[in-house]
Amino acid sequence: MQLSSYQLGEFYDELFLADGSFRPAATTLLDRVATLSIEQLQHHQQMAQLALLKMGVTFNHYADNQSTEKILPFDIIPRILPIGEWKWLEQGLKQRIEALNLFLADIYGDQKIIKDAVVPAELIFSAPGFLKPCMGLQPPRQIWCHITGTDLVRDKDGKWYVLEDNLRCPSGVSYVIENRRVMKSTFPQLFESTPILPVEDYPSHLLSTLMHLAPESLLSPTVVVLTPGIYNSAYFEHSFLAQQMGVQLVECRDLKVANGYVQMRTTKGFQKVDVIYRRIDDEFIDPQAFRSDSLLGVPGLMEVYRAGRVAIANALGTGVADDKAVYAYMPQIIKYYLDEEQIIPNVPTYLCSESNQQQYVLEHLEKLVVKATGESGGYGMLIGPQSTALERSEFADRIRANPRNYIAQPTLCLSRVPTLFNDGLAGRHVDLRPYILHGQEIYVNPGGLTRVALNDGSLVVNSSQGGGTKDTWVVQ
Amino acid sequence: MLSRVADSIYWLNRYIERAENIARFVEVNLNLLIDCNVVVEQQWEPLVITTGDAEMFRDRYSTPSAENVVRFLTYDETYSNSIISCLSAARNNAKSVRDAISSEMWEQVNSFYFMVKDSSPDGSLPELPDFFAAVRTASHQFAGVMDATMSHNEGWHFGQLGRLIERADKTARILDVKYFLLMPDGLGTALDELQWIALLKSTSGYEMYRKAFHQINPRDVARFLVFDREFPRSIYSCLLRAEKSLYCISGNGGTWSNSAERTMGKLRSQLDYMSIEEAISLGLHEFLDETQSRLNFISQGISETFFTLEY
Repeated sequence: MQLSSYQLGEFYDELFLADGSFRPAATTLLDRVATLSIEQLQHHQQMAQLALLKMGVTFNHYADNQSTEKILPFDIIPRILPIGEWKWLEQGLKQRIEALNLFLADIYGDQKIIKDAVVPAELIFSAPGFLKPCMGLQPPRQIWCHITGTDLVRDKDGKWYVLEDNLRCPSGVSYVIENRRVMKSTFPQLFESTPILPVEDYPSHLLSTLMHLAPESLLSPTVVVLTPGIYNSAYFEHSFLAQQMGVQLVECRDLKVANGYVQMRTTKGFQKVDVIYRRIDDEFIDPQAFRSDSLLGVPGLMEVYRAGRVAIANALGTGVADDKAVYAYMPQIIKYYLDEEQIIPNVPTYLCSESNQQQYVLEHLEKLVVKATGESGGYGMLIGPQSTALERSEFADRIRANPRNYIAQPTLCLSRVPTLFNDGLAGRHVDLRPYILHGQEIYVNPGGLTRVALNDGSLVVNSSQGGGTKDTWVVQ
Repeated sequence: MLSRVADSIYWLNRYIERAENIARFVEVNLNLLIDCNVVVEQQWEPLVITTGDAEMFRDRYSTPSAENVVRFLTYDETYSNSIISCLSAARNNAKSVRDAISSEMWEQVNSFYFMVKDSSPDGSLPELPDFFAAVRTASHQFAGVMDATMSHNEGWHFGQLGRLIERADKTARILDVKYFLLMPDGLGTALDELQWIALLKSTSGYEMYRKAFHQINPRDVARFLVFDREFPRSIYSCLLRAEKSLYCISGNGGTWSNSAERTMGKLRSQLDYMSIEEAISLGLHEFLDETQSRLNFISQGISETFFTLEY
C-alpha cells in the first residue's frame, strides 16, 4: 500500500515525522504495512475483530434502555512508543502515584496538606469523592491506590500531559492484554523481528499487589475480584482478571459479613475472604456505611475493613484524589510530599470555583474544554471549538449555578496515529492510559491502552462515544 | 467453590441439554411427518404436551399447527423453555462463571447462542432439519469440550448433575407422552411401529435399542428407556452417573449425608430393583409422573444443600 498519500495535517503523528518519513521506532512496522494491500489489511482487521468477538471481549453499551453487547472497535495499526520516551513517562507516573498515595493517607489522616494551606480545605470537603466514613482508616501497608489508570495525551508540539487520574476502578487493562494477543496472531513476524516490551504479565503483578495486602501470617490468603455482575459494562474484564489470576470472581450476593469477617458462600459452607479487588464504586459497596437506598453491596463490609480484617483494593475514598478540581493542585501536591518537580506536566486548568478563573472560562468557552469534576467516561463535557452557541450558553448557566462542579482546560490538539478505513489510512486522535500498580513497589505496565477517536476530527476517545482501541508497542 | 458458581454451571448444563432435547423432539416429529401423511394437528400437539407447558402455548397461539409449535419451541423469546431462551440463559450462566469454566466452553456456548440467534434474523423459520441437527451437534460439542477441557473437579460434577437430571427428566417426559397416546395393547398398525421408532430416534436410542432387543415392542422400548444400564439417555443410567457425581462433590463414601444424596439414592435404588412389568402394573404414566416429581425433589435437594445455604 502506498503510504505516501497519508495526510499528516497540522498534527503530531505518532508514527510519522513531520516531513512524512517514518519515525525510527515505527520503521519496521511501516515497512511491513507498505508491503500489504489495503484488502489484506482489512482482512487482517476483520479477522482480529472476529477473534475478539469470539473470545467475548465485549462491553455492554446502554442506550435507549436497551443493552447491546459490542466489541470495542479495534484497529490493527499499533501506536508505537520508543523506549527512551517510555522510561521517562514511567518515571513520571511512578512519581505521581507515590504522591497521590501519600496525599490520600494524609487527607484521611492528619490533613497536614490542608493545615499547611497547600490545598484549600473547602476544595477537599466539597469533593464528591471525599468519603467521611474513611477518616482515620489505616489500610494495610498504608497503600490506598493499588491500581491506577492515568490518562496521558500528547499535544500538537509533541509535549506530553497528564489529562486525569483514575483511582477508583479504572478499566481497560484486559483490552491491553487481549489486543496484544490478537496482534501477535495478526503480525507474528513483526513480533519476532521487533523487540516489543511484553504486557502479558500484568495479571501476575496484579496478584502480587493484592497478595501483598494480606496478613503475612496467612500462608494462602483468599483473594477475590468483586464485580457488580454480568450486566456491568466492564464485566468481561472482571472475569478475565479473575481467571488470569486464578482467583474467585464474586458478586455482592456471594459475600456476607459474619463473625467479624467477610465470608463467601461456597458449596462447602462459608469461607473467609482476605483481600477484595473491588470493581464496584465506593458508594455501592456497603449500604450500611454509604447509601442505605442501595440494593447492591455487602452490609457491614466497611466495619470489617475498618477493623483491618479484610483488605480492599483500591481503598475506599480514593475518589477524592482523582477529582478534576483536586487534579489542578497536582504540581503542589507532588512538591509538598516528595519535594520534587512534577515530571509529566498537568494540562493548565481553570477552576470555576475561583471567581477570577471562572470569569476567564466564561469569556473563552469557545476555546476551552469544560469538564464536570465528578464525572468520567467523557460525559458532562463541553468541547468549546466543536460546540454550538446554544450549548455554550447552557454550560455557562451550569457553571454559574455550581462552579465547584466545573473545571476548564485549553483544547489540546491530540496527537494522531494512522488508522485503517475503507479507503486507506487516515490520522485519528489518540490518548494513552497506562496502568500502574502499587504493591511492594510501583510497577507500570509497559505501554497501556491507546484509545482512538474513530470519527474524523473527533477528540473524544471514550468507548461510549465512538472510540476504539489500538495495541501500544513500547519498542526497544 | 462458590455456591453461585456451582448453581450457574449446573443450570448452564441443564439449559444446553434442554435445548438439545427440544431439537430432538421437533426433528423426529418432522421426520415422522415425512414418513406418513397423517393429520398434521394430531402430530404437533403432543410435542407441546411433552414440554409440560401446553397452557403457555395456548395463551400465545390459536392452533397447534406445525408452524406455531415450531416457532413456540424454537424462537419464542417470551417462552422461557424455547431453544433461543435456553441458549440465552445458558450463555448468561456461562458468562457469570467464565472464570470457573474453560475458555473453550465459553466460546462453544457463545457461538452456539449466535448460531441459533442468527439462523433466523428476520424471525422466519429456518431450514428446519438442518437447524435442529445443528443444535444437537452443538450441544454434543459443548459436552465434549467440557469433558475434554475442564478439570473434572467439583464444578464439572455440578455440570454433570445438571445435564443428567435434565436428560432423565426429558426421557421420562417423552416416553410418558408417547405411551399415553399409543396405549400399549400390542403392536397394532405400521403407523404405531413408526411412532415407536420415532420415539427411539428422538432419544438417539434407535440403533442401540435394535442391538439390544431387535424387535420393536412398546414394553421393551419402555424397558430400554427407563432401565437400561448402558444407554446414556436412559433414566436409570442418568441416575447412576448423577449419583456418582453427587458423591464426588460431597466426598462421602456412599452413605447419604444431605437431602440431595438422600432423594437421589432413593430414586436410584428404586430403579435398581424394579422391573418394567412392575412399572406397567403400577401404571406407566403414574410411574413416569412420579419419577419426574422425584427428579424435581432431587433438584430442590441440590439447591438447598449447595446453592442457598444460610449462615
